[in-house]
Amino acid sequence: MKREFTCIVCPNGCEIEAEYEMKNDAVELVNVSGNLCKRGAEYVRQELVNPERTIASSVLVSGGELPLCSVRLNRPVPKGKIFDVMKEIKELKLSAPVSAGTVLIHDVLGLGSDVVVTKSVEKAL
Amino acid sequence: MEIKQLDVLVVGGGPAGLAAAVELYRKGIKDILVVEREKHLGGILRQCIHDGFGLTRFGSTMSGPEYAERFIHEAREMGIPCIVNAAVTEITNDKVVTVVTRDGIRKYQAKAVVLAMGCRERTRGALAIPGERPAGVFTAGVAQAYMNLYNRMPAKEVVILGSGDIGMIMARRLTLEGAHVKAVFEIQPYPSGLPRNIEQCLKDYGIPLYLSRTVTNVHGDVRLQGVTVSEVDEHMRPIPGTEKYYECDTLILSVGLIPENELSIDAGVQLDGRTRGARVNEFFETNVPGIFSAGNVLHVHDLVDFVSLEAESLADAAAEYVQEGRLPACPIEIVYDKNVNHTVPMAVSGTRPFRISMRVNRPMKDVRVVLRQDGREVASKKMKKAIPAEMIQFTVDAEKLEGSGKLEVSVE
Repeated sequence: MKREFTCIVCPNGCEIEAEYEMKNDAVELVNVSGNLCKRGAEYVRQELVNPERTIASSVLVSGGELPLCSVRLNRPVPKGKIFDVMKEIKELKLSAPVSAGTVLIHDVLGLGSDVVVTKSVEKAL
Repeated sequence: MEIKQLDVLVVGGGPAGLAAAVELYRKGIKDILVVEREKHLGGILRQCIHDGFGLTRFGSTMSGPEYAERFIHEAREMGIPCIVNAAVTEITNDKVVTVVTRDGIRKYQAKAVVLAMGCRERTRGALAIPGERPAGVFTAGVAQAYMNLYNRMPAKEVVILGSGDIGMIMARRLTLEGAHVKAVFEIQPYPSGLPRNIEQCLKDYGIPLYLSRTVTNVHGDVRLQGVTVSEVDEHMRPIPGTEKYYECDTLILSVGLIPENELSIDAGVQLDGRTRGARVNEFFETNVPGIFSAGNVLHVHDLVDFVSLEAESLADAAAEYVQEGRLPACPIEIVYDKNVNHTVPMAVSGTRPFRISMRVNRPMKDVRVVLRQDGREVASKKMKKAIPAEMIQFTVDAEKLEGSGKLEVSVE
């Protein structure tokens, strides 16, 4: 089978052409071309088996100089789980001060990814 | 009024200004001041909460606020003076800078000035879309600030005009927060943002992208009720009879960025017609000696990593200027063929290796970017694809240059 991909790993955005075979649940890549680095081939393999993405969002902060702090996942999760993870993130409520790097949810929904604060919010003066 | 003496004054505390200040300090230029008009340092990165920054500069991917924090932290550790809530209102061509602060007006005489004001978004006014004037029409960056800084959800049913990167990133962000993004319309026959954003911001969420279409009417008296979209011909003129109505309460514009150069113009800095930023030489020095420019105020970048790297190169040159009082002359002009939209820099000295940043003006496949002097090839780069959305960079070995004949960039 043949399929074309736009790699999202880095800003190069390589257009990759992949020739592959499905054996049971495993993917066998016969030929991968167009990628500038080997992460492209890894991306294609992951896309064929189970596409994964990271997401970023915000969490409410009370008593801070800003009403929210930004968060992101430190590892990608399956594409189909994105909105479930968003729901978990929306449940969170914090009070200032909040510091970047704090893990808010460890191993969210058992997917092996953490929700991490990416912006410090100080207490409002 | 007392005029304070300074080595370097940096206008803007975003990624370009911070990277320049930190690098200047490292080069031993410590009598510097960064002036930022917002309450916080970090510039636009503060609202860019998505992932994907830092791959080139730091070798790992992070969000905008984290990327900014790296430079803010370094500047703090070094003790570089930064004033926030302060606006530069005038720069003269002999580098006297007027700053309005919370504590009143201050004046500085700097040996060098770094222009790092960034860019702003093109608006509906600049595009002259006909129709009514309801609420609900925002630029992508304004919608981004509402959502990511102020916790305000600006939309339910959304149409996006323009396929710029910020617009696509906002399409995803709005979708994640429960809005319905109906479509993205692009007037050009090709997308203006990066392919990876089409993939991960639009295709992932089933948002269609339509090319060669534009919004030709805006409807609604209090709040936006809908827009009319038309197909356009090859001269980007709407084709009568192709109008389609889309019901929506919000129209997001992602139709380009413009370097913010009002201060530069007052200082006598010459701008380039294509980039709308300053015309600079390989040292990022403008036509006014000692006034330098880098980052999005010089030319709009796709990636902040290249903004940082450019500002760091600027700092190396500005440090030399402060220490030596001058930089080598740059008599070798850079020109380009019809496939090239612009280059930065516009002139070089021919005495050191330099880097050319450029964009093509239409998508092309299997091309070679070639630099020639008097018909002789001095550098080239092969590319599988060249698209306007992606800045192209290559370095040139100065030893290959002879005399002061013009350099010509062509894409073939």
